Amino acid sequence: MAGTHTHALFVHGDSELHRLPASTKLGALGLFVLAVVLTPREAVWAFGVHAGLALLGVWIAGLKPMFVARRLLLEIPFVLFALFLPCIGGGEQIEVIGLSLSVDGLWSGWNIVVKGTLGLAASIVLTATTTVPDILSGLDRLRVPRLITSIAGFMVRYLDVIAGEMHRMRMAMLSRGYSPRWIWQLKAYTASAGALFIRSYERGERVYFAMTARGFTGHMPSFGDEQVRPADWVRAVSVPAVAWVAAGWALAVA
Amino acid sequence: MHIPDGFINGMTSLGAGVVAASSLAAGLRRAGKVLQDRQIPLAGLVAAFIFVLQMLNFPVIGGMSGHLIGGALAAVLVGPWIGLVVMTVVVTVQALLFADGGLSALGLNVINMGVLTVIIGWLAFRLVMTLLPKNATSILAAGAFGAWLSVVVSSLAFVGEYSIGGGGGAPLSTVLAAMAGTHALIGIGEGLITAGVLGAVLAVRPDLVYGAQVFGLRHTEVAALNRRAVGLFVAGGIAVAVLLVTLVAPLASDDPDGLERVAIDLGFSEEAEDHSLGDSPLADYEADGVEGEGLGTVVAGLIGLGATFAVGAVLMLGARRRRVRVDR
Amino acid sequence: MSIPALEVVSLSYHYPDGTEVLREAGFHIHPGERVALLGPNGAGKTTLVFHLNGIFRPETGSVQVAGLPVEDENLMEIRRRVGIVFQDPDDQLFMPTVRQDVAFGPANYGVEGDELRTRVSDALSAVGMLHVADRPPHHLSLGQRRRVAVATVLAMRPEIVVLDEPSSNLDPASRRELADILTALDITMLMVTHDLPYALELCPRALVMNDGSIIADGPTREVLSNRELMKANRLELPLGFDPNFDR
Repeated sequence: MAGTHTHALFVHGDSELHRLPASTKLGALGLFVLAVVLTPREAVWAFGVHAGLALLGVWIAGLKPMFVARRLLLEIPFVLFALFLPCIGGGEQIEVIGLSLSVDGLWSGWNIVVKGTLGLAASIVLTATTTVPDILSGLDRLRVPRLITSIAGFMVRYLDVIAGEMHRMRMAMLSRGYSPRWIWQLKAYTASAGALFIRSYERGERVYFAMTARGFTGHMPSFGDEQVRPADWVRAVSVPAVAWVAAGWALAVA
Repeated sequence: MHIPDGFINGMTSLGAGVVAASSLAAGLRRAGKVLQDRQIPLAGLVAAFIFVLQMLNFPVIGGMSGHLIGGALAAVLVGPWIGLVVMTVVVTVQALLFADGGLSALGLNVINMGVLTVIIGWLAFRLVMTLLPKNATSILAAGAFGAWLSVVVSSLAFVGEYSIGGGGGAPLSTVLAAMAGTHALIGIGEGLITAGVLGAVLAVRPDLVYGAQVFGLRHTEVAALNRRAVGLFVAGGIAVAVLLVTLVAPLASDDPDGLERVAIDLGFSEEAEDHSLGDSPLADYEADGVEGEGLGTVVAGLIGLGATFAVGAVLMLGARRRRVRVDR
Repeated sequence: MSIPALEVVSLSYHYPDGTEVLREAGFHIHPGERVALLGPNGAGKTTLVFHLNGIFRPETGSVQVAGLPVEDENLMEIRRRVGIVFQDPDDQLFMPTVRQDVAFGPANYGVEGDELRTRVSDALSAVGMLHVADRPPHHLSLGQRRRVAVATVLAMRPEIVVLDEPSSNLDPASRRELADILTALDITMLMVTHDLPYALELCPRALVMNDGSIIADGPTREVLSNRELMKANRLELPLGFDPNFDR
């Protein structure tokens, strides 16, 4: 729980993808994911193209396949849902090893699994090659309102601090034999969560004092000065461009 | 429940993105009036607090655990507008920094877990508070109800989005009964934890609870959850869950489906037609071999509820065994 | 006589609940001095510190920083002149990276571009932390975070640096490193501390505060050697520590 989870996704490296400015990577990710989502589910070959691009990303970033595979487990609840669909779906049915499965349900299940996996894989490539501060400055550069990026910045800065406080409170409770198993035993738990809120709130006030002490007047400075060359955009967007060609082709013939 | 990419189709996701962005803009504008300089770091700290609570697993039944969404809690603690901004930031950071929830589904996730939980939680809280005496116990009760309802409505929103832009395949009211029924149960946990946290904050710093300030509560006695109230709340929640499955689901299975009706009215009929369910053997959502209008849906829903408990029981047994080992 | 870097004249302050925290507190510090502010918990030290840069306002009395009074119209300039290093570096380091945090102060004063980069690297070099510039603060040890907190204040080129409990919770090695860094800085300094040997080592002069007033003001060695004064103000030297023993 405590520790460095806010950095858990970042993998140190010096690949081409690590060096690209965050704003271009964010833009490329958005475009790629949209192309994937818009591709008709019957165009299996187009998903082959998308998967190839995602694997290319993993390869360029120098990520270990097992690392990506582990992160993909996030998707399991939706995979279960997808597996459930052919069993309860309607329409034309086909027999597979004695089970009557809905063709429509099978397509729906495939649609969910393939798009979710590709989207997640692409997001993993982004988060593995971009540090949290860089993502924030990239968002800043993409003209996300400063208020939002500032709040997000404070949030990621204090995640570990608050998680650490929670962890210490929990250890203190465990040390005194508290180990709740039923929801009505939760009083001490919610009490510590309440204490955590008060601590967070009071820290917010102290941080504000510390900010005014250094001349803060309500206007947050921008997060760094990311240098972006047109060539960076060209390189970043080249990947989703291929995905869009595939998606467009598939949509045209569909 | 973070929706991944492709679970809901592109157009619906984009539409949801527009809705989420405009509600965020409205939230920012309204919050802007109250979000003074000093509250910028504060909002960040509250967002981090909510994020940590979401990562924390609370025990629910036996060894089974759940976690908080926290939208209603945020609304009562810091007010609906800052709460809205905070929850949006939480969901966005989860998608961008932790790859939790698809980027194209960000709008959907922001609506379900950010916007709706805050707004529904806050409205229900206000409504209940106007009916109850203005004291600390009422704050807890109203907060618990708001949190419970926010989870149920959030699950209904998911079903709505699925009906508009899902890939089809699943009979809509099976999804509806399963989602609403299980979330009516999950919501109990959200409600109790929300009440517990509110009680803990009220006991020490009532001045920090926005919802208490709105109703002029400055000094409060320590309000605590008692076993009987908790028991009643749990029993009530289970009753509503069963009720939802037995009553709401069959209603929804009337032709045309209630949600599809809404979809058609809203002009989504074309998409809705794509996954028309009329010719399914499970049409009108009856489980195979069960006769009678609506009965099949009820059975399907109850099976869903039963499955939730079964999974809970299995996890509980596993957890008990593991715990024994750890203890020694 | 030069203009004092900091001049506090008969400062009084009550909490909203009526508790009297400061009673006619007064002292002054000259440029280049390093002064320790000693006193028991609840003596009013932290409240005094918040008066120095105008976060709190005096009910009576006044504060002047290098001749400039702490008043609304001077607030920005006052906050540039008085750099406060808070006790908990996690309160002070709030930006995602060390570099951004050190830049926060000067950026608020319109410093930008190369000048800003120079300020940041100068301040970080002064505390020996340039190599962590691009790390997030929560990845640093407490000792490192405290050094970075000092850098965030140095980057504003202040007239006086005020440190609140700089040595608290540090392991002996980090405590030593911080002392070396602080002694090497050529800057006026007011240090609030319970760590009396630290005060003796770093500050030639000490103020003793109790019940909201300055009780004593003199060379640190003399203050620490005055048993009655020490006892009356709940100050205790570590067992076996002799302030008059030269190491």
